[in-house]
Amino acid sequence: MGVSDAPEPLHRALGLTDSELDDIVAVLGREPNHVELALYGVMWSEHCSYKSSRVHLKRLPSKGAHVLVGPGEGAGVIDAGDGIGVAIRIESHNHPSAIEPYQGAATGVGGILRDVFSMGARPLAVMDPLFFGELTDARQRWLVEGVVSGVSGYGNSVGVPTIGGELTFDNCYSANPLVNVLAVGALPKDRLVLGVASGVGNLAVLLGSRTGRDGIGGVSVLASAGFDGADGAESLDDAKRPSVQVGDPYEEKRLIEACLELLDNQLVVGIQDLGGAGIVCALSETAAKGGVGLNVDYTAIPLREAGMQPWEIMTSESQERMLAIITPENWEAVAALCAKWEVRATVVGHVVEPDALPDGTTVGMLRVRHGFDGEIVAEVPAKSLADEAPLYHRPLARPATLDAINADDPSHDEVTTSITEELLDLLLDPAWVYRQYDSQLFLNTVVGPGRDAALLRLAGPGLPTSSRGIAVTTDSNPRWCALNPRVGTALTVAEAAANLACVGATAKALVNCLNFGNPTHPEVMWQLSESVDGMAEACLALDIPVVGGNVSLYNESGGNDIDPTPVVGLLGVVDSLIAPPPGWNWNDGDAVALVGARMAAGDEPFPLAGSRWATKRGRRGGQVADFDAAALRPTIAFVAQEIAAICGGASSDVTAVHDVSGGGLAGAIAEMVAVSGRGVVLDAFAGRGECFAEFPGRFVMGTSNPEAFLARCAAAGVPAEVLGAVGGQHLVIGDDVVVDVADVARRRRGALEDQLNAN
Amino acid sequence: MTRIAVVVFPGSNCEYDAANAVSDLGATPSFVWHSADSLGDVDGVILPGGFAHGDYLRPGALARFSPVMDAVRGFANEGGPVLGICNGFQVLTEAGLLPGALQKNRGLTFLCQPTTLVVASTSSVLTRQATVGQRLSVPINHFSGSYTCDDATYESMVANDQIVLRYEENPNGSRDNIAGVSNVGGNVVGLMPHPERAMSTLLGSADGRVLLGSFVGLSADALV
Repeated sequence: MGVSDAPEPLHRALGLTDSELDDIVAVLGREPNHVELALYGVMWSEHCSYKSSRVHLKRLPSKGAHVLVGPGEGAGVIDAGDGIGVAIRIESHNHPSAIEPYQGAATGVGGILRDVFSMGARPLAVMDPLFFGELTDARQRWLVEGVVSGVSGYGNSVGVPTIGGELTFDNCYSANPLVNVLAVGALPKDRLVLGVASGVGNLAVLLGSRTGRDGIGGVSVLASAGFDGADGAESLDDAKRPSVQVGDPYEEKRLIEACLELLDNQLVVGIQDLGGAGIVCALSETAAKGGVGLNVDYTAIPLREAGMQPWEIMTSESQERMLAIITPENWEAVAALCAKWEVRATVVGHVVEPDALPDGTTVGMLRVRHGFDGEIVAEVPAKSLADEAPLYHRPLARPATLDAINADDPSHDEVTTSITEELLDLLLDPAWVYRQYDSQLFLNTVVGPGRDAALLRLAGPGLPTSSRGIAVTTDSNPRWCALNPRVGTALTVAEAAANLACVGATAKALVNCLNFGNPTHPEVMWQLSESVDGMAEACLALDIPVVGGNVSLYNESGGNDIDPTPVVGLLGVVDSLIAPPPGWNWNDGDAVALVGARMAAGDEPFPLAGSRWATKRGRRGGQVADFDAAALRPTIAFVAQEIAAICGGASSDVTAVHDVSGGGLAGAIAEMVAVSGRGVVLDAFAGRGECFAEFPGRFVMGTSNPEAFLARCAAAGVPAEVLGAVGGQHLVIGDDVVVDVADVARRRRGALEDQLNAN
Repeated sequence: MTRIAVVVFPGSNCEYDAANAVSDLGATPSFVWHSADSLGDVDGVILPGGFAHGDYLRPGALARFSPVMDAVRGFANEGGPVLGICNGFQVLTEAGLLPGALQKNRGLTFLCQPTTLVVASTSSVLTRQATVGQRLSVPINHFSGSYTCDDATYESMVANDQIVLRYEENPNGSRDNIAGVSNVGGNVVGLMPHPERAMSTLLGSADGRVLLGSFVGLSADALV
């Protein structure tokens, strides 16, 4: 085949395939014009339409008696009790952050907050799971500092505390870092509002910033395509930089206050945020949900710069904008309230009757006009943009290399280095990151960043009084998921539930951010499909509904996909929160107990495959242990109950709790030693397997009364045994680990900053 | 009942926390929007933390021009108790109601962390019920909290007992570990740490109570 000099057809430049163009022609009964093509280009992008993943996501359980709003809205909402709804949402902002880390991360925070307050919820907390390449690479250090300062700069200023997250370093993210952002908000249940346009004659009002050329094609050019270059850094096309949005937290802060006051004063019929795909997304989704048409005057939209074309105005992803549907009678009150908050409010559209079709049905049309009665520049069925992108059953294929990888188990490697040094090398305190985040605003933070899960009082401006608490954690384990995406994802859910148990909370809702590679690679689609099945299995077994999610595909560079990285955000409730949970500070003389299985099936230690220990040694093969619901469920429930009693004010012999996760059993104990400043003396472990294997749903607990504690464990049918005692100035595990407490604390504290400051 | 005005600028974000702390101590808070020309009938004023006017230009530089600041200045000049917390402290220095200025932290990063404060003077409205040398665990939460002033100002502050609180360990490069200062009269106080975040052991510390209790208590005395 020869190489054509002909310019690329417009639809392909906008990210649409030839067959998608055929579909558009079929919907419209004619060729689309350029503006219409641009609207379909963003709305049918992978990022907006979930066209590759939707057939799989249907398999996730989303029902629960306490679920008020499930997947598909701005955020999931649960009934947390006492008349309070809690909204939760997670999203990715991966590709923008790869190109422009400060603004990419900052606008990720801004976008997720709009999702939450568009439901009527006041945003109360943010979490940020972050994934970078190894810090030996200078570009990674630049990315870390840029992303962290972006979250800090935007989140602190907008006035929402950042209460936790995750920090993962692996070279699969070198050219494609992952920046996920989770937000939680709360609302009086009667303030719940949905993004629906209704009421013929009502007005569509654009609130917030003026519209500029920033972020045009963000969802298609940027989020729904991989990075080309193999070298990552240099090839992160500068040409894509204009597709990154720019954030203004001060604008967003005023927008939050104005929108919540509009809702409190019952001045809006429906409200929706403007995020990916800009105003066309908000207009078409609200119209489609309401089954109505919208007449939009694009010249009414306030602009930041001159000469913008209609397609640019309609698809711009300029930040800090919301769309409200209001009755004409309320316009003056809306305008006055917005003026107080110095928030721009402009009528940009009218709700109109849907068009009648020859077959007797109706269809809501989105008409973009030059003036409300002027020339029509685009005319498309709203639901064809919002709901009718093609669904792809893309081919799936188990990676051909996986059998060999699974066979290469590191569990029985002959190793001659010192276990003590290996342990110290695994410790890393992320305080350098979370010190830059306001984690305390609203006076709710009982347990802040850097612990198993964050724990907040369930309180906030305008909420009914409650003595409950909510707990939030984000978890992921790409190391497990690379070896077995199904079991790895199920175990990730178990890990998240275990983290909540450490602060006394029982899981009530899950949101996911599914970060995967290129969906046209059958191996990637297989990973995604398996991961969804594993998540469904764990959620059913642990009784957790999935209330929302986000799929981020095309995380690849130079043809190399990232390891499958499903991130789980889990929300739990503590029924009575009047005292803090015990945390990691145990006392001299306490017994150190392991709660949960000490050994895997066959009385073997759990496998080292997928552990941080193995990965540090360049050993990336093996197979993870099975997700065993029958063992995990009672153990997690028992710990949650023990800690919840303490939060409720009961006295207890339990003095400390921490779940076994990254770094394994020895890692968990070392972290408790570092934080408490107290040594422990433990009997020998069964080699590296028992020290460093990371099987979740197991807990290290301190108790001042081991007999009573073990009796309660036995009564609950939960395995537990005493490993040793707290005391002295050393961390001692048999003859394998002997190290001064101060050295443990120093190594852990300095690990991150030492790497960031290296040249 | 002591009445406390909590001034709200666009971009303020600690106004609810300040109001909750004041309520917790038995006083009655009222929010006063930045465009107001009066504080209402109140016994004390708090300028809360946050990012007034987005901290654009520099923290406090725009807020000092908000109409409400004339009322705050008038109230302060009559001896009324005025407290600026974090961004409120920055506003008070920009407005010339307190000496000195607040620069970016020494490490050039935002810092949210616990600190230990040492009470340096009890002649201010914020520290009346504390004792000199008392150690208090109160968190900081700022990017621009490094206190600075010229030598002459510093010497007059020492002479007039205007250094109210010091950090036990300096987190941000502040001159002489200064965490909070007052005017000569002791009725206007600013501090970078957040006493309203230290009102309950459930949240880590209740040491802010003695500070805000002093402030609210003195306001009550001023009634009679």
